[in-house]
Amino acid sequence: MKKNITFSWILLTLLSIVFALIFIFPLYWALATSLKSEVEVINPDWTIFPKSFNLDSYIDVILRSQITTWYVNSIMTSFGITFLVILISMPCGYALSQLNFPGRNILLLAVLASIMVPGTALVIALFILIADLNLINTWSGIILPQVLSPVCVIVYKQFFDQVPKELREASVIDGASEFQILRKIYLPLNWGITTALALVTFIAAWNNFFWPFIMTTQQSMFTVPVAITSVDDAFGIFYAREMAVAMLAAGPIAFLYIIFQKKVTQAIMMTSGIKG
Amino acid sequence: MNKYNKKSIISSYLLIFPFVFFYFLFLLYPTIYTLIFSFTNSPLIGWGEWVGMENYIKLWNDKLFWKSLKNTFVFVFWTVAPNTIIGLICALMINRIKSYLLSGTLLACFFLPHILPVTVVTEIWGWMVSKQFGIIQELLDFWGFKRIGFFSQKTWAMPMVALITIWWTVGFNILLFIAGLKNISPDLYEASDIEGANAFQQFRFITWPLIWPITALVLTLQLIFQLKIFDQMYLLTGGGPFNSTIVVLQLVYKQGFQLNKGGYASAIAMVLFAIIVISSVFQYQLLRNKDEKQ
Repeated sequence: MKKNITFSWILLTLLSIVFALIFIFPLYWALATSLKSEVEVINPDWTIFPKSFNLDSYIDVILRSQITTWYVNSIMTSFGITFLVILISMPCGYALSQLNFPGRNILLLAVLASIMVPGTALVIALFILIADLNLINTWSGIILPQVLSPVCVIVYKQFFDQVPKELREASVIDGASEFQILRKIYLPLNWGITTALALVTFIAAWNNFFWPFIMTTQQSMFTVPVAITSVDDAFGIFYAREMAVAMLAAGPIAFLYIIFQKKVTQAIMMTSGIKG
Repeated sequence: MNKYNKKSIISSYLLIFPFVFFYFLFLLYPTIYTLIFSFTNSPLIGWGEWVGMENYIKLWNDKLFWKSLKNTFVFVFWTVAPNTIIGLICALMINRIKSYLLSGTLLACFFLPHILPVTVVTEIWGWMVSKQFGIIQELLDFWGFKRIGFFSQKTWAMPMVALITIWWTVGFNILLFIAGLKNISPDLYEASDIEGANAFQQFRFITWPLIWPITALVLTLQLIFQLKIFDQMYLLTGGGPFNSTIVVLQLVYKQGFQLNKGGYASAIAMVLFAIIVISSVFQYQLLRNKDEKQ
């Protein structure tokens, strides 16, 4: 096999690294800006590295904005969505995979069809529905439009299909109910995929801008991603503080991703239809 | 013949009940509601009168609607193909690096923006290109160009939002492409090495045909995703300057929430709904054909 380190190999690798560095630069620049003082940020003699690590912007944001409230809103709604998505999708995927009942094919077709339905195009009706339920400016109002996940149902169905039939038959003979079989056999065998789906659902819920933006009007009910656009108004234009807020909004999610990189990748493959 | 077992029917219905309940309440009901609403002159909250096709006729004659439709497709044009091509190039770059540490780090660099909330992306780029102190403007100064108001000049607003969107979402495509490239057997490349094929021929006759199913998947996923454009555009340009970047979903938002015309907004939403469903059916057919061929 000829795999010598040639000139073009080195050149291409260097090019890749340079491109990646340019790509990641905006993120670095936001972080660097957030660590500068407001005076340093608009100084004409700016530097790529902050002259000193200055946490004033972070302290200012934490003390003078409602960011703790926004964090609570984000955490509660993201957990609520993740919990409900799993709780709703898993039993449905199980029934579609293992049980035969009248209407099964119609349900399967309905699930597949709903993958194609763009939820955001239903914004008017969903807003009216949430308003009719008196849930505008509540956590439930943010959560409910995001809990239907046909993709999760399909992924669960595919994974449950692969569980050996013998396991199931043995427990049926032992007189276990379907709920017990799901909870004691199918769920434990598929913890990996449950955590992977939960992770991407959580990330998507945390990052979602559209639904909390539509369903909340009071600052105290904003989630972090919606709220950070309103910090500009509260502070006027202070770039270091804006970037500090952005870093605080992205932090938890970036942290989750870095810890669970493999799981996130796996889940992205599964939910976009590539068997990984 | 009764092939169903009564006990298992009851447990089946209990198991599917939560999903079916939410399906009816948050999907079927809003879809039908939007459709019916689109035939009325209702405000956002409360019912108006049945006006038949009036909203759709109005829409046909509404210049802003056509503009928003055109802008949506222009945005799709600026994002879908470039995002796919850049994704493939980056994936090829990363895939040829053998060192796991280096390729993993490069992939993380490209993927990290994808996991950021859209508002963080727009804040960061708002600062990058800020007219007064943005670093991009400093670069323009340095190279002797005039400063550009990226979101306030008609020629720049749309391409700039597209560029930022690509920066934000390309990591996802890279991930799918790398998965596809890993599935191509190294034997094929070795055999062609022996035959004396150059890198371009290898790409043209091995990589490209074998990666095509993934390319088709990425293209169609992108198409459907980008048709729903609202967030970045609303946050960066607000549809301006002078509605030059208003997109369909923003027009829905504007008519419904800002001008209190729920009925008319629903009619616009139904058009978007139809376009996306048609694109998705197209995607489904394409992917099904792919599976059958294999």
